[in-house]
Amino acid sequence: MILKKFNIENKKVRDLIPQAITVLALLSVIIYFATNAQINMGNRGISFGFGFLNQEASFDITFSMIEYDGSHSYGRAFLVGLLNTILVSVIGIFFATIMGVVVGISRLSDNYLIAKVAEWYVEIFRNIPLILQIFFWYFAALRALPLPENGISFNDISFLTIKGWYVPKFIWTNFNIFLLSVIAAFIAIYFINSYATKQREQFGKQIPTTIISLTTLLLIPLITFLFLGVSLTFEYPVLKQLSPTVFTYAGGVSIIPELIALALALSMYTATFIAENVRAGILGVGKGQKEAAASIGLNKNQILKLVVMPQALRIIIPPTTNQYLNLTKNSSLAAAIAYPDIVLVFAGTALMQTGRAIEIISITMLTYLTLSISISIFMNWYNKKMAIKEK
Amino acid sequence: MNLIAKPSKENIKTYVPIGLFLISFSLLDVFINAFFNFNLMVFLPSQLSYFLPLILGFIGFYLIRIEFSGVRSLDILNKNINSNNFNALLTLFTIFIIIKSIPPMLDWFILEANFVGNSKDDCTGDGACWVFIKVWFNRFMYGLYPDSEQWRINTAFLILFAVVGASFFVSEKLKKYFILFLVFVFPFLGIKLISGGSFGLEYVESAAWGGLSLTFIISAFAILFCFPIGVILALGRRSSLPAIRYISIGFIELWRGVPLITVLFMSAVMFPMFLPDGTFIDKLIRVLIAITLFEAAYMAEVVRGGLQALPKGQYEAAKSLGMGYWRMNALIILPQALKLVIPGIANTLLALVKDTPLIFVVGLMELAGMIGLAKTNPKWLGMAMEGYVFAGLVFWVICYAMSRYSQNLEKKLSTER
Repeated sequence: MILKKFNIENKKVRDLIPQAITVLALLSVIIYFATNAQINMGNRGISFGFGFLNQEASFDITFSMIEYDGSHSYGRAFLVGLLNTILVSVIGIFFATIMGVVVGISRLSDNYLIAKVAEWYVEIFRNIPLILQIFFWYFAALRALPLPENGISFNDISFLTIKGWYVPKFIWTNFNIFLLSVIAAFIAIYFINSYATKQREQFGKQIPTTIISLTTLLLIPLITFLFLGVSLTFEYPVLKQLSPTVFTYAGGVSIIPELIALALALSMYTATFIAENVRAGILGVGKGQKEAAASIGLNKNQILKLVVMPQALRIIIPPTTNQYLNLTKNSSLAAAIAYPDIVLVFAGTALMQTGRAIEIISITMLTYLTLSISISIFMNWYNKKMAIKEK
Repeated sequence: MNLIAKPSKENIKTYVPIGLFLISFSLLDVFINAFFNFNLMVFLPSQLSYFLPLILGFIGFYLIRIEFSGVRSLDILNKNINSNNFNALLTLFTIFIIIKSIPPMLDWFILEANFVGNSKDDCTGDGACWVFIKVWFNRFMYGLYPDSEQWRINTAFLILFAVVGASFFVSEKLKKYFILFLVFVFPFLGIKLISGGSFGLEYVESAAWGGLSLTFIISAFAILFCFPIGVILALGRRSSLPAIRYISIGFIELWRGVPLITVLFMSAVMFPMFLPDGTFIDKLIRVLIAITLFEAAYMAEVVRGGLQALPKGQYEAAKSLGMGYWRMNALIILPQALKLVIPGIANTLLALVKDTPLIFVVGLMELAGMIGLAKTNPKWLGMAMEGYVFAGLVFWVICYAMSRYSQNLEKKLSTER
């Protein structure tokens, strides 16, 4: 109406005005912030730049997958934090998926008790804030574990204590050959499966692919053990006395309680959402599909594998991708219990030491953005692969 | 194998009583074992007596599994928990685990727990020390807010509940004014009442706010502001003007791609750098802005879902009536689109409430933060379990009630359509 008053009838011009106003407003805000930031940094005698990444970090990190100590650079500390974030996310995604699928299927079980238990699992863990669950596991449950000298022993090769979980360390010789053989086995399985599919589609022959695949997967790496000099030994954790009252374990790998608490909480929390997705996906496959499959003589397993699952996956994957993304982002709550992830190491300690708020927060946010975008690109690709191929 | 006939309708009279006896015996055994720590089968080797309830129960379930028995309750039982051997095992395991876990839970929560007293020394039992919660209850609810001024928080919430409650009963015409009051007047009135500084009320700085009341304050404000921003962003994302569309997309994806904790970090350490030197914005306000913008991005995606679900005809019909962009959206599109996505909106609000404990990163302490403070108090060390179980229960009740309400709303609306 105002526009009419000013007699602007041309659509192009009319469209341009709100856009120009928005862009100008945004630009002025950015310029305002940037000038302020420049003045503020000038006052504090720091200049914008990423050179600090090469400086010596001089702080220690409690848990690292790559070699790191105080003499390494801030850039290396960032990498340690990033790897720790990825580690806990991968562990979380793995267990959340398994638990989510089990719980989701259990919710549809014809066993009333199982269905109810699964339902209550979802209702309880979904409705408690994740941070409280992390606190609960870390400060309450894991603190109730025994001291190293009375650690809960699993067959004397692995010990669960208040200081963490000590597990045997794998010591490989010729690990590369073994890795190659596993890859070779997977390639072989791929070809076997595509051959079997062709046989089934062309001649109606059923080839027991599951058994053949499993044997291949076992057999090929086994050959490397027998003939190609690959061997695996374990280094077991052993109780060691440091002083009359202080004990610890030497050898093996120590999984710190922060990682256990975080992985537990993340996977139990996310599993509830994945379970709901799985349930919705299976319910979303029409009853007629199952009946049609049964009427052409498929057995129960075949119906699930060939008819229900492919269709259900199409419904399950997109929201589950979102849950994977959420899990990755939620792993940043690690900072609350001092698990050295990217937020704690980089946006916490490194920021405190260098005072470079803008650079560090931007790098951290960009990292999460990249992680998020790469997971969603991968999942979109997978989703496209699974989508209905209409002929 | 014909020695023992398969359970069927013919031998129902002999099999069912035996089966039921075996099942009840196995349950009784586990029950007595769990509650009175007495093993009925002590005379058997330990390995066998351990598995005996399972074996007996399994045989019992096998014996009563009779299809079309003609007894209604038996059929229902079989159909629901005993449809095949695998299900029978699952049922037994579930029941055993439930029975086994009741006594320790009961002990910890009630029987061995301490309720009376006012210091840690009064907690002598092995169970929970609820004295901790009792002593700190005031702090858990109000944070460090001065005791003598807490009536102000109570009054603010009482008014809120009274107005919300009353709006359910008054006529449609009055309801509109109630809602307008709630959205445009009350937030500022309430915040003035709680922060004070004028009208003879003592000023209480926001650093002293805390506990569960802070959770409610933050959730309420964030919900109030994130909704309109989310709707505008959603409209922007579907706009035909490229500049507005790309800015909206960029804004939404930026917030959705990063964790809330980094956003809060940003508001705490990076944002002050962007303001003229010496400008100070209250910590609580910065946190509120951060949470609001963050949740608005999620809200925008939910609303967009609703906008996309509307048939194109609605837009065309509105346009053919000569409506402009804003009138079309406000009167035709949004009312329908928002109604479609009520469950999604409720989920976003639920996520918002669950995210509030994260404000600990900037040093504000709501319920979980106050528990963190209390459990590190030298006089109350080792109370983490009680504290977090309590906080978990409180949050669970709030979130469960919200999710139930949204499910009911969803059901109600779906029957109307």
